[in-house]
Amino acid sequence: MRRACVQSIRRSTRKTVSPSPISRFNHTSAKSSDSALPENDELPRHTHFGFRTVAEGDKEHLVRNVFSSVASKYDLMNDAMSMGVHRLWKDDFVSLLKPGKKGPIKCLDVAGGTGDIALRILDYAREKYADRETAVDVADINPEMLQEGYRRFKKTMYHNTPQVSFTEANAQDMSHIPSNTYDLYTIAFGIRNCTSIPAVLEEAHRVLKPGGTFACLEFSKMTNPVLDTLYDQYSFSVIPMLGTIFAGDRESYQYLVESIRRFPVQPEFAKMISDAGFTTGSMCEGKGGAWTDLWGGIATIHTGVKLE
Amino acid sequence: MAALRNALRSPVIVGPRRGVANKAYPDHIPLNTFEHAFLTVGTGLAALLDPKRGDMVAAFGELTAGPVLPRLRDKMLATGEGRAILKERPRINTKTVDIAALSDLPEGTLGRAYINWLERCGVTPDTRAPVHYVDDPELAYVMQRYRECHDLYHCITSMPVRVEYEIVVKAFEFANLGLPMTGLAAIGAPFRLSAARRDKLKQYIPWALRCGGSARSLMNVYWERRWNQDIEELKRELGIWDPPPAVWGKPLKETTTTTKREGL
Repeated sequence: MRRACVQSIRRSTRKTVSPSPISRFNHTSAKSSDSALPENDELPRHTHFGFRTVAEGDKEHLVRNVFSSVASKYDLMNDAMSMGVHRLWKDDFVSLLKPGKKGPIKCLDVAGGTGDIALRILDYAREKYADRETAVDVADINPEMLQEGYRRFKKTMYHNTPQVSFTEANAQDMSHIPSNTYDLYTIAFGIRNCTSIPAVLEEAHRVLKPGGTFACLEFSKMTNPVLDTLYDQYSFSVIPMLGTIFAGDRESYQYLVESIRRFPVQPEFAKMISDAGFTTGSMCEGKGGAWTDLWGGIATIHTGVKLE
Repeated sequence: MAALRNALRSPVIVGPRRGVANKAYPDHIPLNTFEHAFLTVGTGLAALLDPKRGDMVAAFGELTAGPVLPRLRDKMLATGEGRAILKERPRINTKTVDIAALSDLPEGTLGRAYINWLERCGVTPDTRAPVHYVDDPELAYVMQRYRECHDLYHCITSMPVRVEYEIVVKAFEFANLGLPMTGLAAIGAPFRLSAARRDKLKQYIPWALRCGGSARSLMNVYWERRWNQDIEELKRELGIWDPPPAVWGKPLKETTTTTKREGL
C-alpha cells in the first residue's frame, strides 16, 4: 500500500510540469525571482529547468551557461560522478549500434560536445570493420564543449581528416542540414537538456535517411524501487558535493541531477519517439523492445528507425 | 549505521530537506552527517592540493568550525564592542566601506593603512564567498565576519598575501581565535612549500603564535568604528607588536580581473 503510494507520488511528480512543481529535493535556488505574470493576456510558455520552472525562451541560455561552466572539467566530473561507469554505458551504446557493419556510414552526433560517442563510433568502425570512411559530424549548442571535443580529437588520428567535424548547432533547429542526410543519429546524455523533446525528435527524423537509425542514450528511471531510493540519495547528496569540490559549482550539478528526474520515463519517451515518425520495437524493455536498460535503468538506450 | 538510516529516511515522503523553508538564511545549504563528513574530507583535500582554491579553503573552514564558533560568539557577547558587532552585523565589502573616504584619511590611521595594504597587494574585499554550511544564522555571521576581517588581520600584522605569509597569518589567527581550519592550514600548508621558503617561516611563526595568543580577541574589534584611530595606538591597545619585516612582491590583479580569492 505504502509502496504504491510512494510510486504514485513519484509518477505524479514526473508527469506534471506544473508551474509550482512538487519537488522532492529542492533545488537550485532561484537566482532570478519568479517572474511576475505579464500584463497582457498571453502567458509565455514555460518549461522545466531542473526543478525550477522557467520561460521556454530562457531554458536554452540557462543550459548553455551550465555547460559553459562545466565544460573544462566535464570529463573529469563524469568519471567522478559515475565512478567511471559512464564509459561502460557509452561502450554498450556504440556496440549496440554496430557502426560500419553494413559499410561506411554518415553519422550525426548531437549534443556530442566533448566527442565521447564520436570517438567510439570511429574507433569501432575502424577496429571491427577496418572502416576509415565512416564520418561523424559532432553538433553541440555550446561552443566551449565543442572546443573540448576538438582538443580531444587533436590527440587522435582523426584530427584534420574528413572523418570528424565540429559544428555549433541547436538540436531543435538544424536547418543548415538538408533532409535525408545521415544514416545514424546519436544523442547521448543530451536530450534531457533540450527545451522541446518533440522538436528534437522531429529534426532527427528529418535529417535521417530512410532506413536511418535514431539512437538515444539517456539517464532514466531505475525499475527497482529500493535501488532507486539509494540512487536518489546518491544523486542529490553526493553529486552536488562532487560539483562543489571538483568544479567549484554546486548549482550546475544540482541542475544536472534535477534534469534527470524531469525526463520522461522509458515507455513515455519511447512513445514520443514513435510519435515523431520512427518505427520502434514493442513497448517493452530488452530484445525486440523499444529500449534497453543499462544498470537497472540508471541509463537507457532508446532506438528507432526511419522507415519511409 | 544511524547515519545511513537517517539518510535513507530523509527524502521522498518526509519532504524536501533543502527546501527554501529549511534554509536558515538565503545562502544556507543544510547538510546531513554523511554529507558533512564527505565535504569536510573532500574540501580539505582539495584545499591542500590546490591552495589557490579559495572556495575550498572557505568551505573547509566552515565545515570544521563546529564547536569553536559558539565559543567565539560567547567571547564576543562578553564585551560591549563584540555585542555591538553581533547586533548590527556590519559587512566589509566595497559597498559598505567607503574606499574613497578612507583614502582621504591621514597616513598612520587604520583606514589609510587598510587602503594602502589593499593597493599594495592588489586585492579587493569583494572576493569573500558567503557562508553556506553553518546552520545557525548568528554563527554563520560570526564566520562571515571572520572571513571579511581576514584582510584587516593581514593589515594590522603587516603581512602580504604570498603563500608563506598567509601561513603566518593563519598561525596568528589560530592562536588568537582558535578556528580549526587556521591551525590545520598552518600545519598542512607548509608541506607544499620548498625548503627555502619553509625556512623563512621559522622567523615568523614563533612571533605569530606568541603575539596571536597574547593579543585581545580580534573578533571583538569593531573595525568600522576605528578607521580614524591611529594604527600604532590600536596595535598597542590590542597587544600586537610588529613581526620581523616581510618581503612584499608585486600586487595581484584582483581588482582588475575576475579572479576570485574567495574565502580565507
